[in-house]
Amino acid sequence: MSGTFVGMPAFPKAAHEAVGNQTLRANLRHATHTIRAKRANAVAEVSDWAELREAGKRIKDHTLRHLDRYLVQLEESVTAAGGIVHWAADADEANRIVAGLVKETGESEVVKVKSMATQEIGLNEALEAEGIRAYETDLAELIVQLGKDRPSHILVPAIHRNRGEIREIFAREMSEWGRPAPEGLTDTPAELADAARLHLREKFLRAKVGVSGANFMVAETGTLVVVESEGNGRMCLTLPETLISVVGIEKIVPTWRDLEVFLQTLPRSSTAERMNPYTSTWTGTTDGDGPRTFHLVLLDNGRTDTLADEVGRQALRCIRCSACLNVCPVYERAGGHAYGSVYPGPIGAILSPQLRGTGSEIDASLPYASSLCGACYEVCPVAIDIPEVLVHLRERVVQGGPVTREGNKVVLKPAKGHGAERAAMRAARWAFSRPGALRAGQRLASRTRRLHPRTLPGPGKAWSASRDLPALPAEPFRDWWQRTNGGTGDEGTAK
Amino acid sequence: MSSRERILGRVRRALADVPQDDPGYEDAVARDYLREHGSRSTEETVALLAENLADYRAVVHRCAADELASVLARLLAERKAAAVLVPPGLDEAWLAETDVARVPDRAESGAHELDRVDSVVTACAVAVAETGTIVLDGGPDQGRRRITLVPDHHICVVRVPEQVVSSVPQALERLDPGRPLTWISGPSATSDIELDRVEGVHGPRTLEVILVG
Ligand code: SF4
Repeated sequence: MSGTFVGMPAFPKAAHEAVGNQTLRANLRHATHTIRAKRANAVAEVSDWAELREAGKRIKDHTLRHLDRYLVQLEESVTAAGGIVHWAADADEANRIVAGLVKETGESEVVKVKSMATQEIGLNEALEAEGIRAYETDLAELIVQLGKDRPSHILVPAIHRNRGEIREIFAREMSEWGRPAPEGLTDTPAELADAARLHLREKFLRAKVGVSGANFMVAETGTLVVVESEGNGRMCLTLPETLISVVGIEKIVPTWRDLEVFLQTLPRSSTAERMNPYTSTWTGTTDGDGPRTFHLVLLDNGRTDTLADEVGRQALRCIRCSACLNVCPVYERAGGHAYGSVYPGPIGAILSPQLRGTGSEIDASLPYASSLCGACYEVCPVAIDIPEVLVHLRERVVQGGPVTREGNKVVLKPAKGHGAERAAMRAARWAFSRPGALRAGQRLASRTRRLHPRTLPGPGKAWSASRDLPALPAEPFRDWWQRTNGGTGDEGTAK
Repeated sequence: MSSRERILGRVRRALADVPQDDPGYEDAVARDYLREHGSRSTEETVALLAENLADYRAVVHRCAADELASVLARLLAERKAAAVLVPPGLDEAWLAETDVARVPDRAESGAHELDRVDSVVTACAVAVAETGTIVLDGGPDQGRRRITLVPDHHICVVRVPEQVVSSVPQALERLDPGRPLTWISGPSATSDIELDRVEGVHGPRTLEVILVG
């Protein structure tokens, strides 16, 4: 499958530059491998992982298949609990609503807890244009914001930066935004975190408006859930007088009880912990505790178009754990920025082209940003078949066909100048329609793995200097899965 | 057309393929995962809670009910706390043996005031053994969410075994979603710098849990 990248536009150009950056690659490799190993342990600790994964998948699928009903129910229960619900069809509308709400309070700054949805709509920039300063308070987001950079990982947005770079950024930029970094700041993580604590605390204590996303919204009760580690989420959710949460419409679960599945699978899949340090839930407003005013902005921005695609809609099950990034050999080498979207890695490769359409060069190329190795599907806690969606989207790019754009049915023309993709597509289809051939190929690679060097000698050295040759597993995953009956020996096989 | 109608309309059109008789919620979701992992005696469950709390770097103490006041007095003294925040419904007997100045949790007290307090003592609503988590629900003996957030030192008292459950599913069924909940597993932490775990970014840097009973 190594020919997949040949002739690919946009993504490969970006990836090419990233691969040339040695620091970036070393940081990424270290980080993804560390989380990957820890995650496997955290998952192995619970014997019913396969059942939890299946339940999560089914809860999300059921919700998506009746999303209209659950949206209306959510609106009712949030309103009954004292919240105010707004609907935003696209990014511009969501930004207008939020800017308007902030202006109503008379404030000109807001504190933010990391939120993919607000990144997706470019909220900070939109607020800036209205004279409102938005402070990111997650440590990694702060690093990204101060560094005038973009996030490169869902969970660890500054994963591409090492401690030396972070020290540099803090020392140089903190004074621009508030309390400067302490004199003689070193690059130990504890000191850097302490500098961030002091810098941000003055903002939290005076903040009147908080902006958040949410990991889950419970239709039955109107409860919102934010899962985090640092406490910046709790600060933003409880200290300000006004709280504005911008949440994608796919984040609904029907009942309170459903949280028992996701509060088990999300922490283990994302940070490899039994439980993340802090989880906050709130239902509307509570007298004397937390914000007096709560606004919920329900965001579409391409989600209903994604929902209209019967194969692609499964991407909306995503709970943003980032496990698929950490196992992806393409992400590991290319880095998150190459995906040209706030959603990097395998999930980004299927979500961004659906949310935004495949009109642009980068979006048309994203379905090719994968080797279809299947590792992303294996780790996904809600069992999104990412390879299936990738192949489906490649087909759409190459052959065109009916899609929904901004709620309207349109027929996409086959992409021009994608001869290489067409060839790649044929190769992919060939392998997928011949599982025997795929298996044989994998087995062969496994059997000869001792012969695969970590770096190449002679003229190949330069090539391998920018590529960490992965060790091949002793046994192809399919074989292992079959032999061990899903890794447990006695559990039912996961789908 | 309002955006609400527009979005709901788009959702309905997008779901035209879903059959009328699509299974309802109860039938659609399999619940064959476990209610708890493994079987443990009550004592073992409490021991697991202690172990998992400590694993996430909370400082764990155990004592009998009549020792609680002296343990609390000792912990506050060790910390050299000059002022301790107290939720309105906290059992007065708990602090009977300390003379550290009490700061009541009042709705009027702003964040800056809370920032000057050294420690906070609260009870909890429930504790989860398998994950090493304590859950606060804003009850009178736990106070508003902010009081366990702004001060740098939080002492939480868990009554064992009554307040301890094994698992996340068992915890959820005990909790009232109408109340604001805070689930706490160890002190605040970040792994954002080269994945090195550092305790305490914004929340309390020290979490002490006293298991009483
Ligand atoms: S696609 Fe699956 S593995 Fe990837 S971030 Fe989403 S939930 Fe996690």
